[in-house]
Amino acid sequence: MLVKFYVNNELKNFECEPGDFLLDTLRKNNYLSVRRGCDNTSCGVCTVLFDGKPVPSCSLLTVKAEGHRITTVEGIQSEAEKIGIYFGDEGADQCGFCNPSLALTVYAMKKELKNPTIKEVKEYLVGNLCRCTGYIAQERAIMKYLGDKS
Amino acid sequence: MVVKEYIKPKTLNKAYELLKQNKRNYIIGGGAWIKLTLKSVETFISLDDLNLNKVEETDKEIIIGAMTTLHDIEGNESINNLYNGLLAKACHSIMGMNVRNIATIGGSIMGRLAFSDIYPVLLVLNTTLVFHNAGEIKFSDFLDNPRMERDILVKIKIIKESGKGFFKKVSNTPLDFALINFAITNGKSGYKISIGSTPYIAKRALKTETYLNNIKTINAENLDKAVNIALEELKFSDNIRGSKAYRIELTKAYIKRGIKQVMNYVG
Repeated sequence: MLVKFYVNNELKNFECEPGDFLLDTLRKNNYLSVRRGCDNTSCGVCTVLFDGKPVPSCSLLTVKAEGHRITTVEGIQSEAEKIGIYFGDEGADQCGFCNPSLALTVYAMKKELKNPTIKEVKEYLVGNLCRCTGYIAQERAIMKYLGDKS
Repeated sequence: MVVKEYIKPKTLNKAYELLKQNKRNYIIGGGAWIKLTLKSVETFISLDDLNLNKVEETDKEIIIGAMTTLHDIEGNESINNLYNGLLAKACHSIMGMNVRNIATIGGSIMGRLAFSDIYPVLLVLNTTLVFHNAGEIKFSDFLDNPRMERDILVKIKIIKESGKGFFKKVSNTPLDFALINFAITNGKSGYKISIGSTPYIAKRALKTETYLNNIKTINAENLDKAVNIALEELKFSDNIRGSKAYRIELTKAYIKRGIKQVMNYVG
């Protein structure tokens, strides 16, 4: 079947089966920044934005995206770079596997939460389990990025 | 998972007709669990075009569309005003926010999962489920009747009442399923207590409630008695997430803690 939706503001057609998940469809079409981790709704490393909201793409049927707006890390490039610099400054980077999903979640958090406390930030990140460098350095970097008004 | 077809009906009647056609036709909620629970599906019937993803409020009730996501419920003002935001807190405690952006309340209810964090809350709230065919069914009757005929959950109605509420989910990490969960309220009709994931499906502690509602002032001594009644009337057991003994200890602590938090309600 043919499913039509936006990826990073570009309307595209995707050929898929009714039981295909968004993660598989995106990766088949070379959106390789969307990573496969646990593949069963737990680790959050496959997170993309669905109409601006973080969702695990491994658990969302591709057909459910019809007409909606999907954003991968390429769609928030300048903000992702900013987040990357804060992460680098805090030594919060390691293999980088989880960074696209984490950057998308942090970007969505900055839009959704107004002046969040560290507790609210931690709660927002619960679904992003894959963060091997250590949560503390990342939390420092994230708090700095959230305070960045540029 | 093999799925032959995905259909988005424009009316509930059409959706219901499809559901009745084949035992392997399923209503799909958000879909958060389908990968882990379903192997082979003839048709997924989507309710996405039926405008069921909203929370509405009347003078007397809060009406939640079955396709409302758990994250949207968390942020809803009227739900946050009900019994200290009891239902919002329960939704907030489920998985990560990304999963809550797809998981729907309808899917969470129809899944009949014993570790559900929203079951104990819906039991202490005055909750009615509205089905397309069977009409209105009290939430407690729905839980008591696991063999009910296949139907489409359309809305969840909760009567607005003033009162205090307490919710606690105990789990090893925030991402885990509940080892046990508690919902306690105190309002016009007195105390209501419900415990879920014992590891059995959530149940009201009715005898404990009656005891508490018939004593004049609550003190350490009668709180102990209330806990004993609860331990006697509810069933606890071991499972992979926790032992029976641990669940009993948690129940002792959290019933007391919960009642202390809601006892100063003045109607």
